[in-house]
Amino acid sequence: MSETHEHPNYVKIWYWLLVLLAISVAGPMLEVPALTLITAFGIAIIKSFLVAANYMHLKFEKKIIWLLLILALCLLGVFFFGTAPDIMMTEGDQWIDCIADKSCIEQRL
Amino acid sequence: MSMRGPIATHRSATGIPTGRLGTWWLLASEIFIFGGLIACFILFKLNGTPGFEDASLTSVTAGAINTFVLLTSSLSVVLAHAAIEKGDREKSFKYIWYTIGFGLVFLIIKTYEYTGKIIHGHTITDNLFWSFYYTMTGLHALHVIGGMVIMALISFDIRKGYNFQRVELIGIYWHFVDLVWIFLFPLFYIANF
Repeated sequence: MSETHEHPNYVKIWYWLLVLLAISVAGPMLEVPALTLITAFGIAIIKSFLVAANYMHLKFEKKIIWLLLILALCLLGVFFFGTAPDIMMTEGDQWIDCIADKSCIEQRL
Repeated sequence: MSMRGPIATHRSATGIPTGRLGTWWLLASEIFIFGGLIACFILFKLNGTPGFEDASLTSVTAGAINTFVLLTSSLSVVLAHAAIEKGDREKSFKYIWYTIGFGLVFLIIKTYEYTGKIIHGHTITDNLFWSFYYTMTGLHALHVIGGMVIMALISFDIRKGYNFQRVELIGIYWHFVDLVWIFLFPLFYIANF
């Protein structure tokens, strides 16, 4: 790497990642689904940010890399919301909920 | 190769060395592969598809240990990068092989998990949850294996004194593999409702 920048304290970040891992494992023990969602996926987002920013040096990267990744995530969003109606909406004359009655699963197998 | 070294290090039309830009491009395409699967999993789960209650059958302990192993492997590979930037080839070589070791531990735990599930009849055709489980964790494990092989090849290169820039590139890739697992862990092991 030709650019020069201060290296983050990698071991300190690792400690933080382990603390977050412990919280995400302990979360479901409280048996509150809403809280589990936060401790599971909220913390996963924080952990991924810590890894990307510090270990992958994303915070030192040029804007074009950020744009590249944001574009990829936006296109993923298009895919998600484009296919969501097909999976989530099962009402109407033309809909056959073949997963519920297992007819399409039997066909595939 | 010119006198200035490989193109991957000195050509930078975007201001970023070509090798690193190429690695980020690869990761952008990986976002679609894993992101698409994760998106489909979430959609089916939200839709109440039968079989997803089997998430309670996965071992949180095994998943947590594997998360710890991969997070630690990320630390060792970034330390390998920091070492090679200081020109310490032997230290970098050592940290790369620690990372490969952590990758191996991850795969052993995953194999143990797979064996247990298959013995109890939970195969890839059992239901949609297990189809997602084996497809996504299996694809992830293939990425781990690929990363380990490439790291081993790079380690011998740097010991001979060339292609130092590849330590950073394989490091970025390896962190992405870690990132994917960071999301697979809550998806398959924690969110059991």
